[in-house]
Amino acid sequence: MRGIVHHITEELRNTARELLASGRISAFLGFREGDHPMTVAPFAARTAEEVELLIFNSFCVLNSANTIPELLRDLTPPAKRGEPPNEPPMIGVIATGCWSRNIVVQIQEHQVPRDKLVIVGVASRGMVDRRKVLAKLPNSDVYSVEEQDHLLLVRGRGYEVEIPRWEVVRDNCRSCSHPEAVDFDLWIGPKTGPRSIDAPFQELEEIEGLGAAGRWEWFSNEFSRCIRCYACRNACPLCYCPTCFVDDSRPQWVGKSADFSDTATFHLLRAYHCAGRCTDCGACESVCPMDIPLRKLTKKLYKAVKERFGFEPGLSSGATLPLSTFSSEDREEFILRPGGPGQEER
Amino acid sequence: MEISCAHDPGQDKILSSPASNPYLPVRCRVEDIVVESEDGNLKTFRLSIQDQEARSRWNHVPGQFAMLSLLGAGEVPIGIASSPLEEGLMFTVNRAGVVTTALHRLSPGDELGVRGPLGNGFPVDTEMVGKNVVIIAGGFAFTTLRATLLYLLEYRERYGEIIVIYGARTPGMLLYRKELEEWAGRDDLSLHVTIDREGPGWDGLVGFVPTIAGQVAPSPDNSVALICGPPIMIKFTMPPLEEIGWRDEQVYLSLENRMKCGLGVCGHCNCGPVYVCKDGPVFKRSEVQRLPVEY
Amino acid sequence: MELIVSGSDLDRLIRSLKEKGRVAGPVSRPTFRGRMVAWAEIRSIGEVVFDEAPRESMKRFLFPQPEVLLRFKRKGTGYEVEPGQVSQETVLFGVRPCDARSACLNLLPYQDDPFFLRNMAATVIVGTRCEQPCSTCFCRDVGGGPESIEGMDARITPCGEGSWKIELFTEKGLALFQAMAGGEPAPTPEGGAEKTPPLLKPLKSAPLSSLYESDVWAELARACLNCGICTFLCPTCYCFDIQDERLGSSGRRIRYWDSCMFPLFTQHASGHNPRPTKLHRVRNRFLHKLKYFPDRFGSFSCVGCGRCVRECPVGIDIRKVMKRLAEAVQTEV
Ligand SMILES: Cc1cc2nc3c(=O)[nH]c(=O)nc-3n(C[C@H](O)[C@H](O)[C@H](O)COP(=O)(O)OP(=O)(O)OC[C@H]3O[C@@H](n4cnc5c(N)ncnc54)[C@H](O)[C@@H]3O)c2cc1C
Ligand code: SF4
Ligand code: SF4
Ligand code: SF4
Ligand code: SF4
Ligand code: SF4
Ligand code: FES
Repeated sequence: MRGIVHHITEELRNTARELLASGRISAFLGFREGDHPMTVAPFAARTAEEVELLIFNSFCVLNSANTIPELLRDLTPPAKRGEPPNEPPMIGVIATGCWSRNIVVQIQEHQVPRDKLVIVGVASRGMVDRRKVLAKLPNSDVYSVEEQDHLLLVRGRGYEVEIPRWEVVRDNCRSCSHPEAVDFDLWIGPKTGPRSIDAPFQELEEIEGLGAAGRWEWFSNEFSRCIRCYACRNACPLCYCPTCFVDDSRPQWVGKSADFSDTATFHLLRAYHCAGRCTDCGACESVCPMDIPLRKLTKKLYKAVKERFGFEPGLSSGATLPLSTFSSEDREEFILRPGGPGQEER
Repeated sequence: MEISCAHDPGQDKILSSPASNPYLPVRCRVEDIVVESEDGNLKTFRLSIQDQEARSRWNHVPGQFAMLSLLGAGEVPIGIASSPLEEGLMFTVNRAGVVTTALHRLSPGDELGVRGPLGNGFPVDTEMVGKNVVIIAGGFAFTTLRATLLYLLEYRERYGEIIVIYGARTPGMLLYRKELEEWAGRDDLSLHVTIDREGPGWDGLVGFVPTIAGQVAPSPDNSVALICGPPIMIKFTMPPLEEIGWRDEQVYLSLENRMKCGLGVCGHCNCGPVYVCKDGPVFKRSEVQRLPVEY
Repeated sequence: MELIVSGSDLDRLIRSLKEKGRVAGPVSRPTFRGRMVAWAEIRSIGEVVFDEAPRESMKRFLFPQPEVLLRFKRKGTGYEVEPGQVSQETVLFGVRPCDARSACLNLLPYQDDPFFLRNMAATVIVGTRCEQPCSTCFCRDVGGGPESIEGMDARITPCGEGSWKIELFTEKGLALFQAMAGGEPAPTPEGGAEKTPPLLKPLKSAPLSSLYESDVWAELARACLNCGICTFLCPTCYCFDIQDERLGSSGRRIRYWDSCMFPLFTQHASGHNPRPTKLHRVRNRFLHKLKYFPDRFGSFSCVGCGRCVRECPVGIDIRKVMKRLAEAVQTEV
């Protein structure tokens, strides 16, 4: 590891070390290296030694917010019988733009108390989709990957290849306008400011242009590969329901096998549950082992919420949530009337 | 696109008979339903196997269970409450979730599938022969012990002393009350029925099963104990027994885990290295002690 | 028995097989990230990818997701029941040695399962050899190898210039290439070298408690997402759930993949869960593969295909777990 990510990692460790040493936090949540090239694992450092394992690099495709509720639960001392539950201790957490926006959503939805978090903000340089890297290699057998500021140096079976970093950055990061944490207590690394993106929803245009039949065909083709492993759900910081609708048995909302009707139901419901909450962090799509373009659905709903309610999730914890608030001004064209809008393609 | 196994037409025959396809339930008819408990949550079902051939094939050991199969709702593992010597089959079902609720809606005359018998059962014909038998049950876990008791009484001369300790929360939660009265009148059986707390119209024993077990203090000499009940009851019943010399090798427990196939295949019921459905549900306590606490 | 055939002969064979059933192999498919190697029906041998393992194992052909156990229709007070669908005749081309071997391992728990047996009977596995094992492969450490033919009915090897070498090992394999071959299938060559993996014995003889108490589990559980990737992509994971699906007065009972990584896998109706934490579930997955299954059936429930290593979103590596357990066993002694 060299260059920018090296410096950020150093700064991250220093900050985490100080926070732990000062006794202000009892754990610092970030990532550590995975056992396999181009992977990281969520990791909560609790000691000075563990701090040395924390890293920040281009492969942090998971979302740090996803682990916060679980970590707070784990760290809260169990209450004695008959006594009120104990308060969780403070934790530190690293946050890029989307991660911090997801923390904001969690705060708005009362999943995470803001006053228990020390948010260490950072500007994301755009995370790399490791499967995009793999697709560019002579074979998928990678031995090691070295990250430089603008290049990835990949060594594998019989090759050593340099890949321009930006070419393999994830689609969501390429169209992201908020690479910097929006709500933070401390900062590490350079500040870059917001990015202006001309056409943030460009990636949807091709599918939007297909017409109903074409869109259904696209959806069936892409999503029928799903194996219902729920990695997408488990990686998503919005998916904290105690009982997910796919697991409910009374009533059972959706069939459990990978029959397409069930898979389709799962994906449509999942996407709608994320509408107005999803920050386009891309964690779901990144972990999917079957290359399913999950974000196309959530991004479409992101766009719809933005257009209809002028709202983008996670930018301010004071904002009202459009989908859990009713206003008499809300457009209601979803109520289908014969010959009315929304019926063109039926 | 469904194409038949051209090269092996025998396969279809294998699949269409419960004798060779263990996933196919045998057809049963609900003959009778008894509401057992005052809260209505426990019902006893008496079933008759419809198919002549399946009926003659059916043969179970007390302690085994079967999958009750309600098409459209699902399957649940339920201990067989009838003795192998009785006509037909009997199950007592607690209303817990989806399938058991659907079972509770059945009426006499309805049809129901049964897969089994499954699992191992108590060693009534082997290790228990010639021994004193102590049966300790709490709540509706009494079901398979009823089957066992009937079996022991049928072959009474093969066993030594028989002691039964059975407890429920209230008198109205006791199962098989008629039979309990009958057994209370027998002199070849010592029956101790208890309820958790004093209540109107009850002049029998009062106290938790572990306490009563301590008072009865059955001798461990040449004896085995069969204990079924909630884990917490089992936990507290052991110390008073150990105090008077009982060893884990003499004690049989019946474990419960979530089950799907009942055949040791689907993986659901494993408790460490054992499959409760296939290697159990009956285990010696000494074996259970070697297992991780995953039940 | 061995024969050399041309690509066009093979394509003709594939076309004729497709009239009776399905013919599938790993093919390269475009995806939004580039491409992936996925199982798909093939029309010609040229489509088959030989130099990269497919993302998914071949298990869905033997262990369909879902598989219909029976169909029912309401009739009077009861039901009319029809046993599940009949297997499709299937020929799989380009199955890697690890995947082929997985069929033999899964047969151990499934030895009396009529559905699995029937699917096995209806499937011909035309394997391949691995010219270049990947750095994530460890078939040799778990009792297989890139040359293993365990579980294969035949083996196909590209030998350049549009021709292919076919080796036949079983009656089924012979029957498939009958028209081209004639004669007897070759007896399955003996494994030759000692195939017991070095780690198998120490883990088998270790008392469970020394492995169960290892601190590796807590470490893994902190990272693991508890998803189904490692178990669903794994060729040797064979756990399933059973459910009824009903529409009006008729329906079906199906079984479909389930994973011991999911909390619901063990949850009782009372709400009690015998494996309540991630730690419990991670431990169960590895101990089932490396201890429980070997104790029962004599082999690891793992063929070393490396899929769980490559696809785990948090980079958990079963080989590291094996090493840690081996250490735990050693320090115990
Ligand atoms: C060996 C054995 C014997 C049993 N004997 C009896 C008995 O005699 N009487 C009785 O009332 N109950 C008995 N049970 C418990 C009974 O099986 C569960 O209460 C029942 O499965 C709950 O199913 P449900 O569909 O109503 O609940 P849901 O919560 O809707 O369960 C859905 C599915 O989960 C599984 N499941 C959930 N809880 C359990 C559980 N505790 N054990 C096994 N599988 C579970 C079942 O496959 C069920 O179909 C026994 C369990 C076992 C393992
Ligand atoms: S749905 Fe996907 S992109 Fe949206 S917040 Fe969840 S993980 Fe991130
Ligand atoms: S991660 Fe991918 S394969 Fe898994 S459930 Fe989600 S969409 Fe399906
Ligand atoms: S694939 Fe990785 S993260 Fe998912 S359950 Fe397996 S070990 Fe855990
Ligand atoms: S455990 Fe991993 S390496 Fe072993 S067979 Fe399964 S997926 Fe392959
Ligand atoms: S690892 Fe888990 S899912 Fe896989 S076969 Fe074993 S118990 Fe089943
Ligand atoms: S219930 Fe399927 S293995 Fe025990």
